[in-house]
Amino acid sequence: MLYFSDLLQYSDVFLSGLKTTVELTVLTTILGVVLGTVCATVRQYGNRASQRVVSVYVELIRNTPFIVQLFFIFFGLPAIGVMLSPWEASMIALTINLGAYSTEIIRAGLASISKGQIEAAKVLGLNFRQTLTRVIFIPAFEKIYPALTSQCIIVMLGSAVISQISVQDLTYAANLVQSRNFRAFESYFVTALMYLGLSILLRFAFNALGKRLFAYRTSN
Amino acid sequence: MIEFSNYDILRNLLFATQWTILLSLAAFIGGTTVALTLTAMRLTRNPVMQRIVKIYVELFQGTPLLMQMFLCFFGLSMLGYEISAWGAAILSLTFFTSAFLVEIWRGCIDTLPKGQWEASRCLGLSFLQTLRHIILPQAIRVATAPTVGFSVQVIKGTALASVIGFVELTKVGTMLNNATFEPFKIFTLVALIYFMLCYPLSLYSKHLEKKFNVSR
Repeated sequence: MLYFSDLLQYSDVFLSGLKTTVELTVLTTILGVVLGTVCATVRQYGNRASQRVVSVYVELIRNTPFIVQLFFIFFGLPAIGVMLSPWEASMIALTINLGAYSTEIIRAGLASISKGQIEAAKVLGLNFRQTLTRVIFIPAFEKIYPALTSQCIIVMLGSAVISQISVQDLTYAANLVQSRNFRAFESYFVTALMYLGLSILLRFAFNALGKRLFAYRTSN
Repeated sequence: MIEFSNYDILRNLLFATQWTILLSLAAFIGGTTVALTLTAMRLTRNPVMQRIVKIYVELFQGTPLLMQMFLCFFGLSMLGYEISAWGAAILSLTFFTSAFLVEIWRGCIDTLPKGQWEASRCLGLSFLQTLRHIILPQAIRVATAPTVGFSVQVIKGTALASVIGFVELTKVGTMLNNATFEPFKIFTLVALIYFMLCYPLSLYSKHLEKKFNVSR
C-alpha cells in the first residue's frame, strides 16, 4: 500500500531541499556556461599551448564520473590543504563539470561560423574582441542553444549526487524523510516527480530566454 | 589495523574495476535491447505506441539516475519486491540507457530522407523489408558513433551504483579511503581508472564520426 499523505508533514523539508537544488542550479549554470565560453574561445582561437590545456581539462572531466570528481574535490583536496564546505565543493564540482561539457558544445558553435564573416569583420575595422562579441557569439550560441540547454538540465539532474557529501538538496530531503517515516517508495517517487517538474520548467525557461536572446531574427 | 601498501590499493581497485565493467556491459546490453523494442514501437507510427515511448523517454531523461536507483532499490523493496543492489543497479541503468539511446537512434533514423520510405513502398517492399534492407543499413552507419559515445555515459553512470551499496570501483575507492585516510591518492587513482576505461571509447567514437563524415 502507498501512503503519500505521510509525506505532507515533511513538506517544508522538501521545499528547503528544492530551494537548495534550484539555487545551486542557477548559480552553476551561469558560472559553468561562462567558464565554457572562455574555454571554448581559447580552444578555438588561442595559441597551441592553451588549446592543449583546455583539451586536457575537457577530456579529463568528460571521461570521469561526476561523483568521483565530487569526492576528489571534497575529500581529496583537503589532503593538500584546500578545505571546502560541502556546498562550496558541490558548486565547484558542478561548475567544472558543466564547464567542460559546454566547452565542447560552444566550440562546435564557434567552428560553425564561416571564416568569411570573421575576415569581413576584420576588414570593417573591428578588433578581435568586437568581432567575438558582435559577429561570432550570437549566431554561434543560437546554433548550439538547444544542445547547451539540455546539457544544463543534465547537470541539474546530476546534482542529485551532491546529497552524498551531505549538501541538503532535494535528494538529501528525500533520504531524510524516508529515514524518518520509512516510506521509501513514496518519498523517492515524489522527489523524482519534483525533479521531472524542475527539468520541464527549466526547459520552458530556457526556451523563453532563447526567444529573447535571439529575437533579432524575427525583428528584421 | 591492516596496513595498505600502494600495491594493495591498486590491486583492490583493479579488482573492483571488473565489476564496473561487468555492470556497464549488463546495462548496455539491457539498454540496447529495451531501446530496440522502443524504437520498433516508435516506427510503427501508431500514435498510442509513440505516446508511450515519448512518456518513457521524458520520465527517465527528466529524473536523476540516482533517484531511479533509489526507487528501484529502496522503493521496490519497501513495496515488497526483494531486489539486490546488483539487480537494482542493472534495472535503473537499463532504463537510463534505453531512454537516451531511443532518442539518439530517433535522430539517426530521422536524418534519412522520407522519400526512401515512399520509394520502397512504390517498389512494393513491406514495412519490415523496408526497415531491413533500406533503412537499417544506413541508420546503423549513422548511429554507431553516437552510440559508442554514449557508452561512456553508461560507464560513468555505473559509479552511482556505489551509493546503493553495490561494490564497484567508486565504492571500493570510498571504502579504501575510509581505511587508509589517503583520499587524494585514492580518488586520483579511481578517476584515472575511469579515464582509462572511457577515453579509448571517446576516441573511438570520434574516429568513427570522422570516418563516417568522410565517406559521406
